[in-house]
Amino acid sequence: MRYLPKSPADREAMLKAIGARSIDDLFAPIPAEYRLNRDLKVPRQMAESEIVDWFRECSRENAEAYVTFLGAGAYYHYRPVIIDSLISRGEFLTAYTPYQPEISQGTLQSIFEFQTMICELTGMEVANASMYDGSTAAAEAATMACRVTGRNAVAIARSVHPEYREVLATYAHHQGMPLATVPFTESGRVNLNELDKAITPDTACVLIQSPNFFGTIEDVAAIADVAHKHGAMLVVSIAEAVSLGIVEPPRQADIIAMEAQSFGVPLTFGGPYCGVIATREKYVRQMPGRLVGQTTDRNGKRGFVLTLATREQHIRREKATSNICTNQALIALMANIFMTIYGKVGLRELAKQNLAKAAYAAQEFGRHAKVLFSGAPRFNEFVVQTSEDPYAINGRILQHKIVGGLPLKKFYPELGNAALWCCTEMTTRAAIDTAVSSVAESERIVKSVKEPADVQEVAR
Amino acid sequence: MKHVTRKATRHVNQNEGLIFEKSSPGKAAWKLPPLDVPEVDTAELLGPSERKDLGNMPEVSEIEIIRHFTRLSTWNYAIDLGMYPLGSCTMKYNPRVNEVVSRLDGLANGHPYQPEKVSQGALRILQTLSECLIEITGMDAITLQPAAGAHGELTGLLMVRAYHQSKGTPRKKILIPDSAHGTNPATAAMVGYAVENLKSNAQGMVDVAALASQMNEEVAALMLTNPNTLGIFEQEIHKIADIMHAKGGLLYMDGANMNALVGKVRPGDFGVDLMHLNLHKTFSTPHGGGGPGSGPVAIKKILEPFLPTPVVITKPDGSLGFEYNRPQSVGRVRAFYGNFGMFVRALAYTLANGPDGLRQTTEDAVLNANYIRKGLEGVYDLPYSTPTMHEVVFSDKVQAKKGVKTMDIAKRLIDYGFHPYTTAFPLIVPGALMIEPTESEPKEELDLFIEAMKSIAEEVEEDSQMVLAAPHTTRVSRLDETAAARKPVLRWKP
Repeated sequence: MRYLPKSPADREAMLKAIGARSIDDLFAPIPAEYRLNRDLKVPRQMAESEIVDWFRECSRENAEAYVTFLGAGAYYHYRPVIIDSLISRGEFLTAYTPYQPEISQGTLQSIFEFQTMICELTGMEVANASMYDGSTAAAEAATMACRVTGRNAVAIARSVHPEYREVLATYAHHQGMPLATVPFTESGRVNLNELDKAITPDTACVLIQSPNFFGTIEDVAAIADVAHKHGAMLVVSIAEAVSLGIVEPPRQADIIAMEAQSFGVPLTFGGPYCGVIATREKYVRQMPGRLVGQTTDRNGKRGFVLTLATREQHIRREKATSNICTNQALIALMANIFMTIYGKVGLRELAKQNLAKAAYAAQEFGRHAKVLFSGAPRFNEFVVQTSEDPYAINGRILQHKIVGGLPLKKFYPELGNAALWCCTEMTTRAAIDTAVSSVAESERIVKSVKEPADVQEVAR
Repeated sequence: MKHVTRKATRHVNQNEGLIFEKSSPGKAAWKLPPLDVPEVDTAELLGPSERKDLGNMPEVSEIEIIRHFTRLSTWNYAIDLGMYPLGSCTMKYNPRVNEVVSRLDGLANGHPYQPEKVSQGALRILQTLSECLIEITGMDAITLQPAAGAHGELTGLLMVRAYHQSKGTPRKKILIPDSAHGTNPATAAMVGYAVENLKSNAQGMVDVAALASQMNEEVAALMLTNPNTLGIFEQEIHKIADIMHAKGGLLYMDGANMNALVGKVRPGDFGVDLMHLNLHKTFSTPHGGGGPGSGPVAIKKILEPFLPTPVVITKPDGSLGFEYNRPQSVGRVRAFYGNFGMFVRALAYTLANGPDGLRQTTEDAVLNANYIRKGLEGVYDLPYSTPTMHEVVFSDKVQAKKGVKTMDIAKRLIDYGFHPYTTAFPLIVPGALMIEPTESEPKEELDLFIEAMKSIAEEVEEDSQMVLAAPHTTRVSRLDETAAARKPVLRWKP
């Protein structure tokens, strides 16, 4: 086996040194009746070239080289090549959690920079070293709000990513955390009157997403007013991090739960991604997840350490703020490098391109079908309602090696034949025009079928 | 210092400030293509939602970014540099072909919501890995969704709860041995269970008599790490399983130490009802400085209705797809399907090994741990003489007489060119030195490690002050962690 660095002679010598006759002696503690006396039924040992071929075959069967209009919590942005050059360095890739700061300053300083940039972008005072992903970060932010307020209920907007809501429901189920769902209005934004009614004296927080699942930017200030009036905290989930380049961050929030996948993390069929929680300094001791802090060594030299560990499971055990142990260090490093590359000016320009592409596409789709929620500003996603089932339209678009928008029936049956479309800087005008013409064609056919039918109706 | 360090030599590395300290207006590392759609008026589109300023975000060039992160990287220790003997962390070699295949275009750029018709490649990876892991663990079904080991524990206990609920009552307690990892009790609390401690016996194993007296109809499950955190296989595992099952309880296995068992014994065969695996330990996916992990949960048939949604299925036409309609499911624990990139890597590792490689890997891991044990026996105190599997736990009892604790020895080990072992864990061994070499170490590296540990033991006798002040060769000396926690500085400010 090519990963194993021992010759048969080495093994012999080591067994001799230990005083064992054979390797079986070392497995004697396992009761004989349970020992496996056969080969595992897994594929035979493969050569590296065979492994590459096996996965190439999988890759080819996986929409390779397709253009996508899917967003919905996972975004296709350009990844500058130096991200992979840098994260592939063994010193980052093959290091453990930086519990030994003297030989982990590289990881620690990069996380400190990550925390700083997340604070700059979100307008919050502190950010952690990362969480599993945006969905679990949102659920953990809600439980954090319960700890801070001493209340136990959560009001969650229906315009939050449906799978994020499902995760929260799973987390809430056994913690005695009642959930109230707040509807959206014609503009796609949170219904403020309904929100006001949904908040009770037990409500620890209001959880919204902005831009929300439909791509609509919420009126965060108005929502914050309603939440705060009732003594509830405001938790804002951000699933499309690139929006922070051009959209005012939700500064009125008490906790922000982010998904940083858009910052240089490949789609990879849904993970690994990079959640983050950011909040006000006064809540830091109730925050879950790892934190890096600045300090000095014995000679007064600046250095970084993992800090405030008394919140965490390895110290507090069942009284910890969360059971979370790992973070997403390597993915946070991708995000860190991405934020550094685009920086103060580039991130705004990048976000502006996303805005322009989506605005163009929404306008073009709007010529032939109904674009919902046009009463409020949006970032790079929008909802198109067609006469025909979007699955059928997407099936035809797929023939152009284009993946159309996400049909919303599964999550929002009330929206009928609606689909969520996303455009990023990677979406070309040509692809938009092809998709729009497919939708236009669909509308034309549906109408031409309908019209003669209507005529007959009248005739009868 | 008269002791010779054969493994490491000091060399110059570069100083580097924070990235913000290199920023100045007008520098850039990015270039966007020309816009092929009309420009937009952002003020008109966004109104008051428009952001005007990105604060103190940096402005630097590409070469500065390359140098910045390359310099930072040289301040880290890594498996690629040498042995990383962290107990229960399984710091093994991270094969590079894993990184290559996970970056293939269709896999790296696959969107989780693309139609199943054009996702057959990803689904095949999910299914093949599932089949391999089910066979390796001897279980009946699996979910790959949990994002890490602790997340797997959460998922597992949610299923435990749903299982008992389906029988009428969720029950109240989870039994956890005193040698357990801190995530176990923290997880039990998250699922609404009370934690009851289970004492270990003099051999470092579960006290079966105590378990029998503590087990009753209020106990939902026992969370057991096997081999446990002392590196000891629970030899009475069959009795443990019987005691749990007799009173309707479940046996949960924390699979953190699965590297001691793969291909040699299967938890499903010795009575385990459910267990999580750490793909970032046993299955070689990189730790990356603290994540991403991946924590699949393998289960017996009785728990299958409660698996998180969705589940991969083979459809009547032979194609693969996701099934969402599972009324008894515990729900979803994460958006999408889990850390797919880690599945690709874990499967590549399994294919590279095959059945013979997996078995040899386990044998070498156990051989290495026993070789270290033999080499250091008599030099460091061995609190439990029970046979060792893949890791060995010593204590600092001898050295503590000179005022030198496990953390001090660990810090001195850095000067010898090694990453420290796990210190002060498990909690049942005061001053623990927990050492797991994994299969990835050649005999030469193990000999250097043993030599270094022996040398430090001598230094403790000769010059304990020098050991207490270690490390002496790193960029920074011991850092003031108390000050860091008392007055936290968690971000840079201009």
